[in-house]
Amino acid sequence: MARKELQEINAGSMADIAFLLLIFFLVTTTMDTDSGLTRRLPQMPDEEKPKPDDENLIKERNIFLVLVNRNNQLMVENQLMDITQLRAAAKEFIENPNDDPNLPAKSEIDVPYFGKIMTTKNHVISLQTDNGTSYGTYITVQNELVAAYNELRNAKAMQKFGIKYTDMKEGDDRMDAIEDIYPLAISEAEPKNIGGK
Amino acid sequence: MARFQRSGKKKMPGISTASLPDIVFMLLFFFMVTTVMREVSLIVKVKPPRATEVKKLENRSLVSYIYIGRPANTKVFGTVPRIQLNDAFATKDKIREFVSSERDKMSENDQKRMTVSLKVDQDVEMGIVTDVKQELRKASALKINYSTRKGNPLEKERYY
Repeated sequence: MARKELQEINAGSMADIAFLLLIFFLVTTTMDTDSGLTRRLPQMPDEEKPKPDDENLIKERNIFLVLVNRNNQLMVENQLMDITQLRAAAKEFIENPNDDPNLPAKSEIDVPYFGKIMTTKNHVISLQTDNGTSYGTYITVQNELVAAYNELRNAKAMQKFGIKYTDMKEGDDRMDAIEDIYPLAISEAEPKNIGGK
Repeated sequence: MARFQRSGKKKMPGISTASLPDIVFMLLFFFMVTTVMREVSLIVKVKPPRATEVKKLENRSLVSYIYIGRPANTKVFGTVPRIQLNDAFATKDKIREFVSSERDKMSENDQKRMTVSLKVDQDVEMGIVTDVKQELRKASALKINYSTRKGNPLEKERYY
């Protein structure tokens, strides 16, 4: 009997197999990049170092105090406030457009691209929460405060460069200039109990 | 001229599917390379709060995750919010250990750029979060990221 010729493997189903694998990877893939609010925690205070003197303490007018109690209510600068108003209040505080003596002191700094400009560089937004505050509220407040900064920065960048601050690429030195004018200063204070137990 | 007429009457040849496997394989390799499998299985329920002013976390290898939320299996573990590190529940004393072990995995250059991503459920109370933050400060892991979903927190949540 004559030997049969070796038959070639049928590759027709290869596409099906590849499709199967492809669909598997399509389904299991998570394309979501992680995103969130980035913060820098302050360094743990050195116990050996003496406490700062009263002179070095931040002046009252430079502090924007935001308290959130266990019922998720906001107290901003000793007044009850709805969270929807927080952004506008924070913007006014950071900018101090009318040189109000109750709002942060302005000082002149030299910024690339802008030259000498008056800024409230020593301002601090102090955010304090109770142990019972919900995390969702805390993030909402943080988000509003960052939004206040971003709106101011966007306006400044639009006016000077014709591009939004949030649209600039990372590492752009124009970004640093804007950040010099509106430095993000949200302090996450040492934990305290506000509003009693 | 007659030739043109003849060819016009001919039927269109079918499109060759011989290169289909190659195309599919190309796609397959693309997805195989880009896929990131989740390393830990969650034993706490985490539904992050929403925020609009988010920044992306670029370098995945520099990020360590801490999960805080109510246990998924409430019958066994109760409903008190717990901290999850790697694959197990942990107390806050374990965080410093966790940070240093995560640090050891990185090269010396990357250690400074290490970020800790806090994946916290939106209904958790701040007490436990503050404790974790204090522990991170003690471990001098100062770069943190509050993981959020996209969306305006002041608007009512929409379900599609």
